[in-house]
Amino acid sequence: MAGEVPNLAESKLRALVVDDNLVNQMTHHKLLDRLGIQNDVVCNGQEAVDVHCSGRNYDLILMDMEMPIMNGIQATKILREMGIESKIAGVTTRAEEEERKEFMEAGLNYFQEKPLTISKLASKFKY
Amino acid sequence: MQRQVALIKQSLFDQGYLDEQFMELEELQDDANPNFVEEVATLYFKDSARLINNIDQALERGSFDFNRLDSYMHQFKGSSTSIGASKVKTECTMFREYCRAGNAEGCLRTFKQLKKEHATLRKKLEQYFQASKR
Repeated sequence: MAGEVPNLAESKLRALVVDDNLVNQMTHHKLLDRLGIQNDVVCNGQEAVDVHCSGRNYDLILMDMEMPIMNGIQATKILREMGIESKIAGVTTRAEEEERKEFMEAGLNYFQEKPLTISKLASKFKY
Repeated sequence: MQRQVALIKQSLFDQGYLDEQFMELEELQDDANPNFVEEVATLYFKDSARLINNIDQALERGSFDFNRLDSYMHQFKGSSTSIGASKVKTECTMFREYCRAGNAEGCLRTFKQLKKEHATLRKKLEQYFQASKR
């Protein structure tokens, strides 16, 4: 990994990790920590919706596509219908064109193929 | 000892067991989490053992529910990708292709190879982490 790791702690950005996979939860949480970004982790799209209904908001949502109970496509659609304007990055190992298109059309700002890295995440925070 | 650790790690990359994602994880280690990679690896092997067990049981039943098998393997591939487990990830991909083709024999053959690669990676990583602590 080339270059310095940016520290975004002063920006007080907040992120939400939405992923049912425990290993991904741990690594994505740590990636964001390393960038100095406070972050919460939930296990599926329904929990992502619920956390927003409880009043929390985020600058960036890392949304996995395939999850039980509610998948990333449905969750993204609902969040946009709720008026949530956070940047939403669709994150998945699935990258077939049709699936990517469907996910983007649900309301994503970005699509990012896994695995996530510091540089991939840092690029999402260039305001 | 540092040299031994470096050699073990290099062999894991040279033999294709790990890819650059593992190095990304090592970059995340800091004073606050000096054992981060080992913790992720431990979680990975615990979670993947569960998935292997689920798939074993599904295959032993004899009736191939390819959708369910594909779903388990999607999880497995996701974790393997995140940790940089390259050979395991490749077998996961092949298994999923056999699922999509409805090829039961292909699934069985690939799963056998996947378990072998997974066990080898586990053993080698345990050696690496033990050597790193000395």
